[in-house]
Amino acid sequence: MRIGVVTFPGSLDDRDAARAIRLAGADAVALWHGDHDLHGVDALVLPGGFSYGDYLRAGAIASLSPIMTEVIDAANQGMPVLGICNGFQMLTEAHLLDGGLIRNDKGRFICRDQGLRIENNTSDWTTGFAANAEIVIPLKNGEGSFIASDETLRALEGEGRVVARYIGGNPNGSLNDIAGVTNARGNVVGLMPHPEHAVEAGFGPDTDDAMASGVDGLTFFTSVIARALVAL
Amino acid sequence: MPTIVVDVMPKAELLDPQGKAIAGALGRLGQTQTALANISGVRVGKRFEISIDGAADADVLAAVRVLADSVLSNSVIEDVVGIHVQDAPSSAVA
Repeated sequence: MRIGVVTFPGSLDDRDAARAIRLAGADAVALWHGDHDLHGVDALVLPGGFSYGDYLRAGAIASLSPIMTEVIDAANQGMPVLGICNGFQMLTEAHLLDGGLIRNDKGRFICRDQGLRIENNTSDWTTGFAANAEIVIPLKNGEGSFIASDETLRALEGEGRVVARYIGGNPNGSLNDIAGVTNARGNVVGLMPHPEHAVEAGFGPDTDDAMASGVDGLTFFTSVIARALVAL
Repeated sequence: MPTIVVDVMPKAELLDPQGKAIAGALGRLGQTQTALANISGVRVGKRFEISIDGAADADVLAAVRVLADSVLSNSVIEDVVGIHVQDAPSSAVA
């Protein structure tokens, strides 16, 4: 399976995302924001960072990049797309996901290992998780407060489209403690926390077993690979 | 050069942490400057000044209105609160 990672001006976590994809067992394909070419990949990751310095709004200018034409078409045809942090912001700006992300309620950049409950394990990126699995992966953002209209929020909750919810404290003021959502089809997922930073023992969050041994993020990537194999 | 000014504000019902932080600082100034003591809140928005080569006619204004709603603002989190035309980009008032 080939999974593309799009690099935008100001992307930071594209290399980490590519490494996570390789550790999960797929080929990572580097894609460029200025191209109109997905190089025949089977899935896509929009990585974290500060594309265009968060000018205009976080993710807004990147969502207008040349390659986003192909990303939006592919997503609408069912290709799995994972947006992490800045990538999540791009997906909301591109109207592929509902809601929006605004500055953290306390006005501070938050960087910490964050507990999450995976409440939807049927999306393309979360099938490998047990129902209501509790995981820990890093969170690092300044504009991660998820907001949506009451109507949208009811739809997200009612249709089981909240993929991940913060546990052990809401870090940024997100409504309903929402950390990640999916679209109706379940192929497009946006996550504020960073699964790609918890994929290799020695470099992940601390666990009860050993320091830096947390690899809970790997399951997002193995899920989409397993799903592709089933589809074959 | 005709300039179209677009003003965008965060939605009134949303928390504006930036405005809140500024209001906090102004509150501290208000403790020593009585003229500032009655400031009860600050909200921070954005002002776009779009220079036009040629006339800012109805077609151009309509196109900028679409741009304002689709690109310059995100209707989930912001409102376009004003669009107007002026003769030139703003400069300091004497």
